[in-house]
Amino acid sequence: MSDPLLWHRLQFAFTIVYHYLFPQLTMGLALIIVVMKTMGRRSGNPRWDDAARFWIRIFGINFAMGVVTGVPMEFQFGTNWARFSEFAGGIIGQTLAMEGIFAFFLESSFLGLLVFGERRLSARAHYLTSIALFVGSWLSAYFIVCTNAFMQHPVGYEIGANGTLQLVSLRAFLFSPWALAQYAHTMVAAVVTGAFVVTAVGAYYALQRVHLEQAARFLRVGVVTGAIASLMSAFPTGDLQAKLVARYQPVALAAMEGRFESGPMAGIVLIGQPNLREERLDNPIVVPGFLSFLAYGTFHSNVRGLKAFPRDTWPDNIELLYYSFHVMAGLGTLFILIMGVAGLLEWRRRLLEQRGMLWVLMLAFPFPYIANTAGWMTAELGRQPWLVYGLMRTADGASPTVHSGTVLFTLIGFTGLYFVLGLLFLFLVSREIAHGPVPLDAGGPIHAAPGGVSHG
Amino acid sequence: MVEIWFAIAVVMIGGYVVLDGFDFGAGALHLFVARNDTERRQVLAAIGPYWDGNEVWLLASGGVLFLAFPKVLASGLSGFYFAIFLVLWALILRGIAIEFRSHVEAPLWRAAWDAVFGVVSLALPLLFGAALGNLVRGVPLSSDGWFTLALFTDFSARPPVGILDWYTIAAGAFAVVAIVAHGATFLVWKTDAAVQARSRRAAITLYAMVAILWPLLTLATWFVNRPMLTAAVSRPLSLLALLVAVAGLAAVAAGLRRHRELMSFAGSAAFILGILAATAASIFPVMLRAIPDEALSLTAYNASAGPGSLRAGMWWWPAGFALALVYLATLFALHRGKAAAARQGEGY
Repeated sequence: MSDPLLWHRLQFAFTIVYHYLFPQLTMGLALIIVVMKTMGRRSGNPRWDDAARFWIRIFGINFAMGVVTGVPMEFQFGTNWARFSEFAGGIIGQTLAMEGIFAFFLESSFLGLLVFGERRLSARAHYLTSIALFVGSWLSAYFIVCTNAFMQHPVGYEIGANGTLQLVSLRAFLFSPWALAQYAHTMVAAVVTGAFVVTAVGAYYALQRVHLEQAARFLRVGVVTGAIASLMSAFPTGDLQAKLVARYQPVALAAMEGRFESGPMAGIVLIGQPNLREERLDNPIVVPGFLSFLAYGTFHSNVRGLKAFPRDTWPDNIELLYYSFHVMAGLGTLFILIMGVAGLLEWRRRLLEQRGMLWVLMLAFPFPYIANTAGWMTAELGRQPWLVYGLMRTADGASPTVHSGTVLFTLIGFTGLYFVLGLLFLFLVSREIAHGPVPLDAGGPIHAAPGGVSHG
Repeated sequence: MVEIWFAIAVVMIGGYVVLDGFDFGAGALHLFVARNDTERRQVLAAIGPYWDGNEVWLLASGGVLFLAFPKVLASGLSGFYFAIFLVLWALILRGIAIEFRSHVEAPLWRAAWDAVFGVVSLALPLLFGAALGNLVRGVPLSSDGWFTLALFTDFSARPPVGILDWYTIAAGAFAVVAIVAHGATFLVWKTDAAVQARSRRAAITLYAMVAILWPLLTLATWFVNRPMLTAAVSRPLSLLALLVAVAGLAAVAAGLRRHRELMSFAGSAAFILGILAATAASIFPVMLRAIPDEALSLTAYNASAGPGSLRAGMWWWPAGFALALVYLATLFALHRGKAAAARQGEGY
């Protein structure tokens, strides 16, 4: 209780996990909204614009949540991780400032126009606004992933005379291979979330037999993007990411797989429980040779186990890391399966009749959120015990003058505040879903329908 | 190079205070100058398109400090820990209030969010003003550049100091009056009819108070930071900034008297930028003043990032800043003229 480090870590973990529930949807939706507006302009069918408008309203609510929960993240580097900020600010300050200057100004200037500007702007200008939001949100993600990539695999720096990190090559830092691979994986995973949410709302309308034309549209767009993105999250992006972990964080890879012994023909673990005391994996089901192949390209490659590394470089919560990774990978496989089947049915034009499948699609939307969270937990727990890999330990990065009780207080404060925000969020989003995708001049504004009467 | 980044930081923070300042001020005033839902929505329509972008100036200021003066950011944010979280929570409530208010038409829902919006819009300038007061008064930095402050001690402005004492509260109170006055000039410019008339009366009263309180606060500063006042009247840059502030004040008065609405808003912006720039120019190079031993202060020179980081930032910052100004100009052009309450569901 008296060690503030645990509370610093918990507060950052809690606020970042909660925050990321919203951007993963807005980034995925930003792409899907552009797709819908593009289809509308191509086909001249105004129903595409109704679909886009509906999702823009959901986007707006999520975006607001993302903004207000995002502001504390930037400040917590300074408040809770002051030694880290002093040590690495000259490097990661670059990308955090770039995010503000290049991405946030763009997004914040055009969000109001996207949500409220459809009448004020020409169709073309409104279309361009949706592209501006897409570019802004995807650019913002790049700067954040780049910041994290530096913590995972520092490049382009030197250690200055005062012991802090100095930037040597902006280009090496901005285009590090880790950043590019992690960005691709993160963005594809965000599109998976967006696609599952769009699909789920489509399935809900189809099962309720309301807004049937839009339900079919949501299902088609959601399933097609979902199938492509689910596949891409495994290959090539997940595969690429795993190879980088194998190369630059071999001890993290060993922990992710609960692998204690070294050797060739390393198997990939489907099920099993890491047992730290006995230093082995209990009750494993393993596909032999596959880890060697996935990590290094041949079945005979040696994959080092945890025992090959000094104990003080082992990730400090191997069980959680192991389970996070397996939850992510397991769910990722499930997504390919679900979207594959749904895609096949959609292709045969039979998805709308398959109520069982629609139920699955309606209830599946929370799982991409879990997979995204587990994926980030894998990345961040795998980075431990380092704050900046190989350069600064997490234990050395916290603020020197902040006491544990103080952090506990603010952590409790965030918990309460975010609980209330979550209730408000669910209330408003469910109103929008009940109101449904209606034409611009039909059905009136949502407020004309107290209790959210649907206009199907 | 260090001097350039100090100037950039001042520009970003000044931009933040002037821009988010007008929507803080409008938010604090709207309970008084807008008395029914249509009038409230006129105020929200006036600031709605801008507030989020204005807040980005805070993040961008933080980013600039982070990349150019990481030790100042680290020491300042961790030392003021508790006050920073009050600010963050207020910012969260404020964003939620303005974004979620218009989603439900029920009068109670709206009245509740209006109240939240009004209260936090008033609290934020108080906190930011007190923060500036802390920078002027100084904080108990240790020899390795860290400090921690209680929220308050005996309010005496003598060690051991707290975040709140008579001087920093006075600075906070001045900031509230100045920012609300600033918001009033914005509403005079952007609204019409009853809201404008009430805002104009508020602007006249509040700016009269600013003109009285400003010299008083300056006098108070004499007791906590004499070197700064000496520097303020001996350095050409700070004298120039003071001149801008006085000219701004005159422009506010003239603009309000002659119904030149943009002139009074621009004058108000010049006044705020002027006093901030004068403060910055007279404390330079000190960024975090140490008391009682001033030699321990964090300065632009001893707390900056290495030359590699500062040079790299110069490659992209000017282009990014120019883009930000283009977006801002585009927004003001798109929303030129008086703000009208949006149709239900189609605006703030």
